[in-house]
Amino acid sequence: MTAPLARLMDVTKSFAGLERPALDSITATINAGRLTGIVGPDGAGKTTMIRLLTGLVQPDSGAVEVLGADAKTNPGAVQAAIGYMPQRFGLYEDLSVQENLDLYADLQGLSETERQASFDRLLDFTDLKPFRERLAGKLSGGMKQKLGLACALLRRPRLLLLDEPSVGVDPVSRRELWAMVRALVDPETAIVWSTSYLDEAERCDETLLLTHGQLLYTGPPAGLTERVRGRIFRLHPAAAEKRSVLQALESDPAIADAVLQGDSIRVMTRPDASPQTRVLQGASPAAPRFEDAFVDRLGGSHAGPSPLGEAMRTIAASDAPVIEARGLTKRFGDFVAAQDITFQVRPGEVFGLLGPNGAGKSTTFKMLCGLLTPSGGEGHVAGFDLRRAAPMARSRLGYMAQKFSLYSELSVRQNLEFFAGIYGLKGAHRRSRIDTMLDVFELGALAHRNAGTLSLGFKQRLALASALLHEPEALFLDEPTSGVDPLARREFWSHINALVKKNVAVLVTTHFMEEAEYCDRISLIYRARLVAEGSPDALKAQVRGADLPDPTMEDAFIRLIERNDAQRDAA
Amino acid sequence: MNAARPHGAFSRIAALARKESKQIWRDPSSAVIVLFLPLFLLFLFGYGISLDAASVRIGIVIEEREPDAESLANAYLTAPDFAARIYESQALAEVALQANRLRGFLVIPSDFSQRLRARGSGPAQIYIITDGSQPNTAEIVANYSQGVLGAWTTQFARDQGLSAEPALTIEPRFWFNEDLRTRYNLVPGSIALVMTIIGTLLTALVMAREWERGTLEAVFATPVTSLELLASKLIPYFLLALATMAACVLAAVFLFGVPFRGSFLAILALTAAFLAPALGQGLLISSAAKNQFVASQLALFSGFLPAMLLSGFMFEIDSMPAPIQAITTIVPARYFVSGLQTVFLAGDVWSVLLPAIAKMLGLGAVMLFFAWRLTPKRIA
Repeated sequence: MTAPLARLMDVTKSFAGLERPALDSITATINAGRLTGIVGPDGAGKTTMIRLLTGLVQPDSGAVEVLGADAKTNPGAVQAAIGYMPQRFGLYEDLSVQENLDLYADLQGLSETERQASFDRLLDFTDLKPFRERLAGKLSGGMKQKLGLACALLRRPRLLLLDEPSVGVDPVSRRELWAMVRALVDPETAIVWSTSYLDEAERCDETLLLTHGQLLYTGPPAGLTERVRGRIFRLHPAAAEKRSVLQALESDPAIADAVLQGDSIRVMTRPDASPQTRVLQGASPAAPRFEDAFVDRLGGSHAGPSPLGEAMRTIAASDAPVIEARGLTKRFGDFVAAQDITFQVRPGEVFGLLGPNGAGKSTTFKMLCGLLTPSGGEGHVAGFDLRRAAPMARSRLGYMAQKFSLYSELSVRQNLEFFAGIYGLKGAHRRSRIDTMLDVFELGALAHRNAGTLSLGFKQRLALASALLHEPEALFLDEPTSGVDPLARREFWSHINALVKKNVAVLVTTHFMEEAEYCDRISLIYRARLVAEGSPDALKAQVRGADLPDPTMEDAFIRLIERNDAQRDAA
Repeated sequence: MNAARPHGAFSRIAALARKESKQIWRDPSSAVIVLFLPLFLLFLFGYGISLDAASVRIGIVIEEREPDAESLANAYLTAPDFAARIYESQALAEVALQANRLRGFLVIPSDFSQRLRARGSGPAQIYIITDGSQPNTAEIVANYSQGVLGAWTTQFARDQGLSAEPALTIEPRFWFNEDLRTRYNLVPGSIALVMTIIGTLLTALVMAREWERGTLEAVFATPVTSLELLASKLIPYFLLALATMAACVLAAVFLFGVPFRGSFLAILALTAAFLAPALGQGLLISSAAKNQFVASQLALFSGFLPAMLLSGFMFEIDSMPAPIQAITTIVPARYFVSGLQTVFLAGDVWSVLLPAIAKMLGLGAVMLFFAWRLTPKRIA
């Protein structure tokens, strides 16, 4: 049943310009009849591992064996036998669905008869039959993903390699894809699925957990989560106190990890801690998740309370919204990118816009930062109308872009000085703000390094420091932690929690369901519209029922989208 | 490289070439590069840029008001190549030259007629001052004004009966380009430029685009070999370039009136030979440049600029310093330009064309070989 289809034997691979190897002495097997997840944050080495298995990347040392062939000396034999879907699916966007299938059938050498049977089978399987003549570039993200999968499956490969197939697609498509791929597993076939979403790891038969090129764990996901069984609890503090309780837990020596989960706090105790520890009064035990186990494997969270609070002024508490969207609409020609978006964010509140790529999150965001002019509706930040006083509004908000948007060729200090200059900070105040930020984010030792040479985590700290120099009342975070490891994500959010206690209003976009749970309230955005709004727990409660006694955020999202579609169809 | 069955190789090349053709056909930007850009360049070089001097603005400074001086000045004022104007003093003419209102001026000194008539004091002299910062124009001004002067001198001698007809007159005749129309040379030269853009820039861009979009990675993970991939890029762009070539030749002959004295076969052979290094260079660039910006920069520097500056199209190779001349021997456009000029203006002079074709094929073989060796089926 579990004969190895592919093996990596003591494989090391380095790339020029990187300090450490992308993969460091990895030994692992991929077994037939199994769905194997390569799991890890961005930069862990997932893509390199998959490319090694395709023979497109050669190891510096060690050997890669795929279906009995050596991937180094005989990559042709490997490539003739595998199916591979790279990131972004490898589709030709100016060819139609059928033309893409034809091309890959020719390249994989399918005969006329095989071909027709294969097309019929795959078009049925992916529900793409009605769209055969459509250009691949005009398909939705979920349909592109299915077509990419179909192209990789044309010849019924014994080894199917999928590189981050679920990045950025909506939860409905993601669930469909999982069901499709599950159905492909048979005793002869192995499937490899790489992902940075830790909830996906739990759905795999086997996991290879990678960080920084090191293999942390191999085996069934349950084997890892078992480590932390009995150490996971949920606390239910009063809503107003949850962040204070969280900060206390972060500095408690008995606690390995603490994160917000809606209105409750998810806690993991240290292995040596007594389960009767005082802080767990009133806590209910919870089932362990892969993410808990990953954090534990990394030695627990070291986030601790952020010193950022001391570096920021306290903003007066008030019921008046700091950020307000009223019927915001953006059209690009015929295309409606955002339709009638309305919400408010008060001081000391974290508001999340949750939705898949292309749903309209970033468009809404850019309108509220004054980077895009709305086609309709109004936006206000700190009382300034974005149509009339966008520069004033911008001077009161801090913005952290999704991609690293600092100057790579300037040093850390020069970047901070540049942004201090932009925000009009002068003289002694300017120097003291920059020094404070260097201290708070522990960037002092790196002040003279060029920003481009920093690691992902430090780049993120610098970006946040740059956005906070002028002590803004509103902070905008665009996908702040996508792809970072869970420890870096916790550290980032400990800073955000410190800001919230100073009554900063935070608006965050994310497609991470877990990250949505850190917010006080969220809006679900789907196909340019707000589908639902409320606290994470309230949204989950809306879909709780006999069939779903304990819904996840993803369950809630999917159900609420379905209801919304049904309502609109009925209307 | 790969143990694929041979018939599989052909069907894979055909599939990829078909895909490429569809992409070319559907991509509006390829129409711009293939049709609009060539015609634009041809118009630019055919009409806009001309190395002929017509109505060159010059000044005339007459320092004496004698009939002989007035007569010479009049010869310049009526000469068709010049738009001449009288200046009162040399200082005024200098100001005009500095202000770029004049390309040059000539000075008829105050002792002009005296020297002209009284032969004892040496020959009469005039001065021609030209703008040395524009050497081409300066040369034209100097040459043309020699011509005017020569004609006037002959006429003057005849009028005076001073001497009989000059013993020898030189009447220059320029073969192949009888009117010395630079357009006749520029149009074939600019066709070479256009073909460099199609061959090198376009192929480099389409490969880089596949790297950028990640499609090459998916194709590489199939049994395709890099040789098959390169062949599938060569074939459609070779045919596309031939079509553009046909359009360019038609435009040259019917729009610009450039004579076409050679044969269809000769120009086809020449073009096909040139496309080997041009396409090879594009593919070679794409093996190093994996995004479109770098690819276009490399194509401009290594393809377009040498084709413009070192091919003999703008500057004569014989008048370049020896080291630069040595570099031009590896610029394929050099052979294409001279070959095209031969076919257009002289005809099928195979003794000129065959060596040019052989050299282009040789350069092409080298570039295609390196493109093949340097395009491994590897991501990193």
